[in-house]
Amino acid sequence: MIYREAGQFKASYAADSAIFPIRQDRVGIAVILALAFLVVPLTATPYLFSAILIPFLILSLAALGLNILTGYAGQVSLGTAAFMAVGAFASYNFMLRVPGMPILLAFAGGGLMAALVGILFGLPSLRIRGFYLAVATLAAQFFILWVLTKVGWITNYSSSGVITAQQIEILGYHFNTPAAKYLLVLSIVAVMALGAKNMARGNVGRSWMAVRDMDLAAEVIGIRLMRAKLLAFAVSSFYCGVAGALYAYAYLGTVEPEAYSLDLSFRILFMVIVGGVGSVLGSFLGSAFITLLPVVLSVTVRFLDASFNLGIAESTISNLELMVFGGLIIFFLIVEPHGLARLWQIAKEKLRLWPFPH
Amino acid sequence: MSFFFEVLIGGLLSGVMYSLVALGFVLIYKASGVFNFAQGALVFFAALTFVGLQELKLPFWLALPATLAVMVLLALVIERVVLRPLVNQPQITLFMATIGLAFFIEGLAQMMWGANVRGLDLGLQDEPIQWISDASGMNISKFDLAAAGVAAVLVAALAVFFNRTRIGRALRAVADDHQAALAVGIPLRQIWTIVWGVAGAVALVAGLLWGARNGVQYALTFVALKALPVLILGGFESVPGAIVGGLIIGASEKLAEVYIGPYVGGGIEGWFPYVLALVFLLVRPEGLFGEKIIRRI
Amino acid sequence: MTGARNIGDTILKLEGISLSFGGVKALADISFDVREHEVRAIIGPNGAGKSSMLNVINGVYRPQQGTITFQGRVRRDMNTYDAAAHGIARTFQNIALFKSMSVLDNVMTGRNLKMKANFLEQALWIGRARREEHEQRERVEAVIDFLEIQHIRKTPVGRLPYGLQKRVELARALAAEPTMLLLDEPMAGMNVEEKQDMCRFILDVNEQYGTTIVLIEHDMGVVMDISDRVVVLDYGKKIGDGTPDEVRADRAVIDAYLGVAH
Repeated sequence: MIYREAGQFKASYAADSAIFPIRQDRVGIAVILALAFLVVPLTATPYLFSAILIPFLILSLAALGLNILTGYAGQVSLGTAAFMAVGAFASYNFMLRVPGMPILLAFAGGGLMAALVGILFGLPSLRIRGFYLAVATLAAQFFILWVLTKVGWITNYSSSGVITAQQIEILGYHFNTPAAKYLLVLSIVAVMALGAKNMARGNVGRSWMAVRDMDLAAEVIGIRLMRAKLLAFAVSSFYCGVAGALYAYAYLGTVEPEAYSLDLSFRILFMVIVGGVGSVLGSFLGSAFITLLPVVLSVTVRFLDASFNLGIAESTISNLELMVFGGLIIFFLIVEPHGLARLWQIAKEKLRLWPFPH
Repeated sequence: MSFFFEVLIGGLLSGVMYSLVALGFVLIYKASGVFNFAQGALVFFAALTFVGLQELKLPFWLALPATLAVMVLLALVIERVVLRPLVNQPQITLFMATIGLAFFIEGLAQMMWGANVRGLDLGLQDEPIQWISDASGMNISKFDLAAAGVAAVLVAALAVFFNRTRIGRALRAVADDHQAALAVGIPLRQIWTIVWGVAGAVALVAGLLWGARNGVQYALTFVALKALPVLILGGFESVPGAIVGGLIIGASEKLAEVYIGPYVGGGIEGWFPYVLALVFLLVRPEGLFGEKIIRRI
Repeated sequence: MTGARNIGDTILKLEGISLSFGGVKALADISFDVREHEVRAIIGPNGAGKSSMLNVINGVYRPQQGTITFQGRVRRDMNTYDAAAHGIARTFQNIALFKSMSVLDNVMTGRNLKMKANFLEQALWIGRARREEHEQRERVEAVIDFLEIQHIRKTPVGRLPYGLQKRVELARALAAEPTMLLLDEPMAGMNVEEKQDMCRFILDVNEQYGTTIVLIEHDMGVVMDISDRVVVLDYGKKIGDGTPDEVRADRAVIDAYLGVAH
């Protein structure tokens, strides 16, 4: 009843190719944005910000980056966290060594450094594909982390290897409350998500998907494979780099290599799988799912433990988490390989017909 | 000079261990076209189950077949729950499913048997063989040599199995094309259960050897990751390739750590095999023994 | 039937093309030419090397010997990007569409060489990027109208029946506004009606836009009907070259098709 397109005619190609062609969608996104920017900062608790909302947003950005590479361009990557680390450490060094460096520029600089490294490790993709490429990205993951740990100049010769991130200050305003950090992260992520969506529906997105689906045919119609693949690596790594910088500055408060382990790479890959490969919305849904899951699990188990006095150990919860993650991945791949984004699409289709069954 | 040989041989022998894990990968890939990221988790699970049973006072000669039975049971469950629903899906989907499987098995193993590090005693000591040590001054471990022997036997058996038996041929057909194999009446389910069972057995052997050497702990799962460069060098479908690849990776890793490591602050072992594999991929994408990929358009 | 078409000079000349894969000789010393605006058919039994010939023309394969002269420029081999950039488009025997994308997106990819905006402009959706997207969309819709596939423009290509997929592939090739169109068995697997439709489209393309057509086809009726000239291949060698009538009466061609040992 509510979700009907009846009466909404597109009179121009611009209207047809808009991001939200249906009016109800436009209203919906406006509401969500209003909630996110206006209501949440005033109502959420510091815990909600620091432990849930901020990491959700930052990892959505990283998932977006991985989605660009794996989802749109079809190049498998297991090294996402390493590119995030490059972004974090590069930002740190920009802030440290360039006097008066504006922090947003430092973040962008971190992203650019990550993009350059991404191009370097993306070069093998011109010869290798599939799992072989996945293994090559593992090389990136291990090698980059080793460099960041061993090369003293990068960590400013810190003895413990753990560096405190500088304060975020823009135009004199200090972003040191959770709410302030949340708004900053939200703004950056929103802008970059829009950019990603625009690229996805434009020529560059189509070129990437063409390369993913059948690269030989893409070549034949004039798409330059090298350029397309390296661009995918560059843009993807830029997104991951910025996410990595935000991870350090707005979430952890420290810049350390251990935070960007293989484990994080897998988490982000899971977000992409669960959320939906090749979907901007999917990156957010997947991130929300994976970020909330441990919390929900832990709360549920503790509740059951307390109610029924089961005496469940801490370690059991973390093992349970592993099992649930693993199980969910398999579940999603079997039931809906296109992830939550597809489920959402199906829900919308059903909604268009509601209350009729078909 | 003899130090060089000692490192080299030590590396080769540890490479044999990598090969054992890689062998499990190759089996599954050769027989079902699935790249089983969970192989390392299987190794971990097998080793942990074995020592767990031993802790429950089962003697060695009972614990071994019991663990084997558990691995076969696991194979049955995996086939039913993971593989069957994903028949004919693209390779990358199956690959990601095995990543999920790896996490699941790791969590399960630790939940069943606890996460403390345990030692594993196989009756073989990791000591230098006396007469070699006396004769040449090199320290070569009894244990490593025994492991190499076991691997050799295993490889020979598997090679015969694949190339000479009817089941072996059926397995190769399945790896090529699930649907076509089904269409000619090859019993996919049985085949897969057999294969994953055998891979589980190989994982058990690998798990016992690795566990005896380094203790049974979570880090064992990372051994699986090391098997990936082995596979790249050797080709994903080749049993001899897994051996040769393992030897090369093991040797080069140790040599690099000893001879290059000190100049760059050490810790090279973590990434050297991967970078080596990467360079290799650029030159020969299908590996030493792999089949050239031909695409027709 | 071929109308009074303005057939021009030679646009493509192949001389002495030899192609081998390992020990297998796919093409042996093939020479023929194609004139501008004509419809040239390549026929021959299966395995004769017809698809390989097309692949050589647009750069998917590099011949070991011989030269390719396209639009006056002599080359040792063709490069796929160059081929596309110089106006050669093609369709494939086994449909090389981008299965996960919609029909519209697939055809839009055919226009990628006409789009100049870089990724940054696209990310910001400003100026040139936005304008181009809508301009190109208009051209693409013209092609979609021409091939009568408007009703499926938003459907993912993977879901379409075979006949429609072939039409979408043709649309993608046409979207590039090619000078020369290489069609690899465009009517394979179609029923009589679909074949007639496809014939009509191909002839329309040739007559309306003057596109040179090189096509591989097994249906003799179609070949005789729509082609100006025919090349016959067998076991990688050329055994016939001329108008449909000349080729039909040629002894060597008849032997090849009837399987006389040679």
